[in-house]
Amino acid sequence: MAALQLETDLLAQVGAGQLADSAEFAEAHNVDHQAVVGLLKSLVMADMVVMEAIEHSRLTVTPAGQLYVGVAAPEVQVFNAVPAEGITLADLKTQLGVAGDVGFKQAMQNKWVGIDKSGGEPKVVRKVESVQDTVLPILNALAAGQEGSLNEAELTPLMRRKLVAKEAWKTWKVGKGPCFALQRKKAATELTTDMLQSGAWRDTTFKPYNFDALGLPPSGGHLHPLLKVRTQFRKIFTQMGFEEMPTNNYVESSFWNFDALFQPQQHPARDAHDTFFLTKPAATPASNFPADYLERVKQTHQHGGFGSIGYGYDWKVAEAEKNLLRTHTTAVSSRMLYRLAQEGFHPAKYFSIDRVFRNEAIDRTHLAEFHQIEGVVCDYGLTLSDLIGTLQQFFDRLGLKKLRFKPAFNPYTEPSMEIFSYSEQLEKWIEVGNSGMFRPEMLRPMGLPEGVNVIAWGLGLERPTMILYQVDNIRDLFGHKVSLSMVRKNAICRLGL
Amino acid sequence: MPVVGVNRDKLFEALGQKYTEEEFEELCFEYGIELDDVTSEKEMLRKELAARTTGAADLGEASEEVIYKIDIPANRYDMLCLEGIARSLNIFRQRETPPLYRLADMAGKQMVRMTVKPETALVRPFVVCAVLRGIEFDSVRYNSFIDLQDKLHQNLCRQRTLVAVGTHDLAKIRGPFTYEALPPEDIRFVPLKQTREFNARELLQHYLANDQKLKKFVPIIQNSLVYPAIYDADRTLLSLPPVINGAHSAISLDTRDVFIECTATDLTKAKIVLNTVVAMFSQYCSTPFEIEPVEVVDALGDTQVYPQLDTRQMDVAVPYINSCIGLELQADKIAQLLSKMQLSAAAAPDGSSVVVQVPITRSDVLHACDVMEDVAIAYGYNNLVKTVPSTVTAGKELPLNQMCELLRGECAMAGFTEVLTWALCSHAENFSKLRQQDDGTTAACIGNPATAEFEVCRTSLLPGALKTLAANKDIPLPVKLFEVSDVILLSSQKGCGAENRRRLVAVLCDRAASFEVIHGLLNRVMEVLQVPYAADPDPTLQRQRQLLGGGYDWRADDNSPAFFPGRHASVFFRDRRVGEFGIVHPEVLEAFELNNTVAALELDLEPFCFDQLGRPMETQIL
Repeated sequence: MAALQLETDLLAQVGAGQLADSAEFAEAHNVDHQAVVGLLKSLVMADMVVMEAIEHSRLTVTPAGQLYVGVAAPEVQVFNAVPAEGITLADLKTQLGVAGDVGFKQAMQNKWVGIDKSGGEPKVVRKVESVQDTVLPILNALAAGQEGSLNEAELTPLMRRKLVAKEAWKTWKVGKGPCFALQRKKAATELTTDMLQSGAWRDTTFKPYNFDALGLPPSGGHLHPLLKVRTQFRKIFTQMGFEEMPTNNYVESSFWNFDALFQPQQHPARDAHDTFFLTKPAATPASNFPADYLERVKQTHQHGGFGSIGYGYDWKVAEAEKNLLRTHTTAVSSRMLYRLAQEGFHPAKYFSIDRVFRNEAIDRTHLAEFHQIEGVVCDYGLTLSDLIGTLQQFFDRLGLKKLRFKPAFNPYTEPSMEIFSYSEQLEKWIEVGNSGMFRPEMLRPMGLPEGVNVIAWGLGLERPTMILYQVDNIRDLFGHKVSLSMVRKNAICRLGL
Repeated sequence: MPVVGVNRDKLFEALGQKYTEEEFEELCFEYGIELDDVTSEKEMLRKELAARTTGAADLGEASEEVIYKIDIPANRYDMLCLEGIARSLNIFRQRETPPLYRLADMAGKQMVRMTVKPETALVRPFVVCAVLRGIEFDSVRYNSFIDLQDKLHQNLCRQRTLVAVGTHDLAKIRGPFTYEALPPEDIRFVPLKQTREFNARELLQHYLANDQKLKKFVPIIQNSLVYPAIYDADRTLLSLPPVINGAHSAISLDTRDVFIECTATDLTKAKIVLNTVVAMFSQYCSTPFEIEPVEVVDALGDTQVYPQLDTRQMDVAVPYINSCIGLELQADKIAQLLSKMQLSAAAAPDGSSVVVQVPITRSDVLHACDVMEDVAIAYGYNNLVKTVPSTVTAGKELPLNQMCELLRGECAMAGFTEVLTWALCSHAENFSKLRQQDDGTTAACIGNPATAEFEVCRTSLLPGALKTLAANKDIPLPVKLFEVSDVILLSSQKGCGAENRRRLVAVLCDRAASFEVIHGLLNRVMEVLQVPYAADPDPTLQRQRQLLGGGYDWRADDNSPAFFPGRHASVFFRDRRVGEFGIVHPEVLEAFELNNTVAALELDLEPFCFDQLGRPMETQIL
């Protein structure tokens, strides 16, 4: 019978005040009682009906008891199976199975049988001549549904022996609820286009919405948090009038990466321990470096010039030709400053954010490649105070307003300053970057005019991002071991707001 | 940066004052050094033992006296020992004036002589020497003396390749000395910390096999035909530089006269090393800061007297200093500030410049800018008034980067999540795992990777994307990822022989391979890049195609071993191949330990870098 028809019939019967027992209704409609109960419960939820329980109980033969219905009580089976000369317990059990086990205990208790050990091997023997089966008639009567003929005294021992059990169940008397109607109005989940078109929304009841649950997560892609931060830094730089440098050249010569920056050829940074040197392409032939500039770089390293005494060592072109993966984006700055000198100097502000490489073992805070942020300003008469002022402007935009500066050393800047910022979050001063004025030994060989100073600073992209997004392992942020759920969950970057 | 460990109490004694840790940190900050760590011998030993064993460590008699580990700027060799740190800070705080280092008057006395044999030119040509007379060691001073040599060897001496210092008890040896270069078998001696005689070849073999510390210096001379050696007048060997000294002349706490020799391949650095050692430890000589000279007769018979203690005079213009820092200081004020930095200076009579005497301890001063920096440090960086340069420029992004910023947003809007992977990978990830042969013409190779993870520069973004999928198997399918990054390709167009190329990679990982979805992304990317399909008959697209010189199309082929046969196409723009897409080959998936199918797209973005009128914009600028 269709569920809807069943509901209609049921409501009609309740409406007529005639549903005294749900079991009768089920039987009359030839459906399982449980189906009727399910329907009733949903009607109760809708306050259309009320239910009142009718308790029922009856005695039934348990599955264990069913074994003996129409046969004999197990203790009787045992008694019958014991011959005059006796039988071993093992043989008895083999012969009777479960009945043997259960029946033997009961027959012993009834003192119908006993154990005779006189013949050596213990045997089960009869103790009485004959027995009467009082259990079987009860089981047969219950199995036939004739409970009424039995009395409590007869039944209790069998219930204790778990051959008989009491079964309880409920049926329901059904009456009208406060919202009774002959037809149920179905509550709608969502407002639909069909309802709009038919106007049905006016008469429709809507299911209450569960406001305690979260909504469905939207589908769609996500941007990587490190690059979201990069985007903000790019905006800050361009808003401050900086022009982006072309940094898409990871393979660089030692010449532009080190020599042009007046970094001596024996400097520890030029060790294989710190820098990735390439076997292919192994070198940039010196013919690719501007010949006159190369000569000025060599002279400045060896003997000085432009007011410097130089490093006083034997500069080797072969060392400058060695290719490497750039260790800093300042390699690009040096190319840009050289280019600026060749084009005819004009004041310039440059920035870049790109990858640099260090031959380091990787751990929670170090990677072999990471992003360097760099800013450079070149103009006549720039001062250290200008550098400090520019840094203050820049870091203000990052929300790091409280700065102080520590003298430092860097081969290509003089003066050099480490930038520290007071972190309210960590309640201490933390290093946030490095800065300085490029040395004349770097700038003058390029052909930049006397009086032109270049101030520059650099910082990592990963560290501020880790602080912003509370990532404590750099490998969770950059590289294939990134946590995609982190990428999906991360917030917009508010740097520069 | 070198880190020097000094006994805190001895340091405070030398500074004439006790500091709290915060006060000392503040002083360091102002001067430009850094208190890196506070520890003790016992603490260091405990950490070392804890790293090696698990059980309770026996810390024995290790001292609990506090040690300050101080970070020293890499150019301040004069601060690599307690004596130097204390002296610099005392002068900075104007408790002391810079000492005058001078040579002993040798009138009527025989100068110690070192004669250099011509053969040394073959292996290690230079030697410079000095004598410290009447020195008084105690265990702290003695250890500091040894530590300073260690620190110099590690830093300025580049692990002894450039310079090696040997110090000897002058009482046990007799000049004149000779610096020679001999076949290794001919050099026989009992080395320091050994009891039997070795020949030099045998000794180096012994160190290679048994001595973790010394074995790294062996290669500096091992392959030379002749090894350097210093002998005294009785043919007692002083040292086999740069590896080891002889046992005979070893110094001890009782040594009073120390003979110092520095052998080198770089004479400038040898002089700096010698000067640094004598400047620091002549303070314990019977006449403080007086050093006994040694004459060195070179192979040509020319004689030089070392150490060379003369200060170097520099005239630095006052306007230069002021205009670089942004101050308006008078010459005498500048001179006063410089004296705090060990630079004795005086205003020139007309006040236009300062005359600076650079002492031997300040070998880092090469140019007037170094003097200018010292004025700024002495003035205090944090006392400067912040100014903003008036430089007016326009902000500008690089076209390629700007386009990629925009395209990344579009890819994310198309439902793909951005990843960021490394430019370096293993050779197998770039080749065999992608079922590719390395024909040697594509990938830049790294000669000295610290780990096998970084053998080559990637030539494709695909391995990084596949590795990211493999590392994120717990994410519900489908997973859609993209990356816009550079690959590195060998290129004869570039002076250095390699160039970056900007690419887009996208992967879609799901239970069934979705060719159409990745194909759809290609179409969408082209749509937002305003590149029409070459075969689209829509006449309105014809104009755009004309502007660009053609549209894009895709052509099925099976020439990419990383992809499944019959499920791969190449992408063409203006009839030039710019990328590919398809279903990744099951063997590639297996190599990257992926259990689900992957569809992938990889595209060179540089041909699409054009402006709104379709005019190409430069992407390879340097």
